[in-house]
Amino acid sequence: MLKDITLGQFFPGNTLAHKLDPRTKIILVVLYIVALFCARFFVSYGLVALLLVMSVKVSGVHPKALVKGLKPILFIICFTAVLNLLYTPGEALVSFWVFTITREGILQAFFMVLRLTMLIMGTFLLTYTTSPIALTDGLETLLNPLKKLHVPVHELAMIMSIALRFIPTLIEETDKIMSAQKARGADFESGNLFQRAKALVPILVPLFISAFRRADELAVAMECRCYHGGGGRTKLHVLRYAARDYFVLTGFAAVLGGVLVLAHFGL
Amino acid sequence: MTDIIRTENLTFAYPADEGQQPHTALDGVDLTIERGSFVAVLGHNGSGKSTLAKHMNAVLLPGGGKVYVDGMDTSNEDLLLEVRSRVGMVFQNPDNQIVANVVEEDVAFGPENLGVPTAEIRQRVDSALKAVGMEAFMLHAPHHLSGGQKQRVAIAGVIAMEPQCIVLDESTAMLDPLGRREVLDTVRRLNREKGITIVLITHHMDEAAMAGRVVVMDNGKVVMDGPPREILVRMEELRAIGLDVPHTVELLHGLREDGFDVPLDAMSIQECAAAICEAL
Ligand SMILES: Nc1ncnc2c1ncn2[C@@H]1O[C@H](COP(=O)(O)OP(=O)(O)OP(=O)(O)O)[C@@H](O)[C@H]1O
Ligand SMILES: [Mg+2]
Repeated sequence: MLKDITLGQFFPGNTLAHKLDPRTKIILVVLYIVALFCARFFVSYGLVALLLVMSVKVSGVHPKALVKGLKPILFIICFTAVLNLLYTPGEALVSFWVFTITREGILQAFFMVLRLTMLIMGTFLLTYTTSPIALTDGLETLLNPLKKLHVPVHELAMIMSIALRFIPTLIEETDKIMSAQKARGADFESGNLFQRAKALVPILVPLFISAFRRADELAVAMECRCYHGGGGRTKLHVLRYAARDYFVLTGFAAVLGGVLVLAHFGL
Repeated sequence: MTDIIRTENLTFAYPADEGQQPHTALDGVDLTIERGSFVAVLGHNGSGKSTLAKHMNAVLLPGGGKVYVDGMDTSNEDLLLEVRSRVGMVFQNPDNQIVANVVEEDVAFGPENLGVPTAEIRQRVDSALKAVGMEAFMLHAPHHLSGGQKQRVAIAGVIAMEPQCIVLDESTAMLDPLGRREVLDTVRRLNREKGITIVLITHHMDEAAMAGRVVVMDNGKVVMDGPPREILVRMEELRAIGLDVPHTVELLHGLREDGFDVPLDAMSIQECAAAICEAL
């Protein structure tokens, strides 16, 4: 049952969005987020939304998949909307009990919801079109300058990619342990929250023990294959910017510029 | 120089828990592994096989005595990568030695660590995967492969470092018969065609029977050393240190006791059958 979980969802494909260098895509997302937070009013938001719609179109990702990604944060979105709706001062429209709904409040709530949804959709588009390895690789290369400040960039990237490698293995193992404990009469489905949490202990303990053993063996295996940190390492796949990367980057930068100008004029 | 690995009076003890005597895992091992040979190492649980294996590529350093790999002293830290790239290791659990999310990335891990140029890594990965017959799985995720296939990927990862020797520490122990077959066929082919030295640590007598030489360990010492036909027939001695003999040897022993004139050293099932037919 746990096997159905997909993490770091990635939909393989062969579109422009898939072919772009992962570094480019990370920068694009940053530009997009900056633009989103600089947007002021309908026109500038519209421009950013247009950018998102175009990107989704190009990526071939089904919009439904993006909407689905919003589910886990639906609560946060509603919560911010309500807060903004009720607590923004301005020209009162309706008022009841201690609350007043203002014209500004409605607008504010609307833009807040728009901003959050678009933020999530944009970042999901990145993970949908970029394989986890490419993403780690891109991050490592982008953050490389931080090595000068003694940030362990290579190590962090290595940790991330090994974590990604072992997630399916550990999920499979959890499944096995759960079946084994169920066969011994363990019950994970009934009881109150506290009882259920307690029922998890016989799963977590063996899982942790096994994870530590795996880590130990993996460390030896990596040593045997001459792993000695990031120094002097080469790569099977070297990231290379292509013409399309510069082209798309310029496009996004132009949109950001446009948004800044529009926002400056309060649009 | 004909020896790829040589140990001289090698001793090793794991650090003990407080208040306990350190346990001697290796006790004066003198062993020479010839280049291009196929050596099986047998021994009861805890006899020191894995400890010996880990000395062969400097994962452990001798407590006493010396280990030479291709003439290089393994305790010389400057030669560490050199030693490890010459002697590759394959372990028991295939899941715990695969590092990457994609087969080709995993095979590339060793050469990447050695700083091999990108174009050459590509070549090495391709030819290593071909050598183990896994080229069709280049872009697959390792966790979707069978145990035998994962182990072959692990072997490819070692081959990509272009080693002269591969040490397999019970690498077939967790596999089903089919997976074992795949792995054994692969290492035998590598030994034959590429001349890679194979050190096969195993509990299976039939695997030891296919080696050119069998080394038997007990209690941190090498107690028997010789061709399988001479070693694997010593039923009483092997049983005394907790080991079995191949089924064929057991059968021939039984027949002999019942007064049949059969040879004891018919290792393969075919040979054994032929020997029995002749005696009848
Ligand atoms: N990390 C360790 N710390 C302490 N003692 C250890 C450690 N690893 C092994 N030993 C001890 O050293 C001895 C030799 O162990 P080793 O793992 O080499 O045996 P083995 O022949 O490989 O056994 P097996 O067939 O079970 O793999 C054993 O008595 C074992 O208990
Ligand atoms: Mg062992």
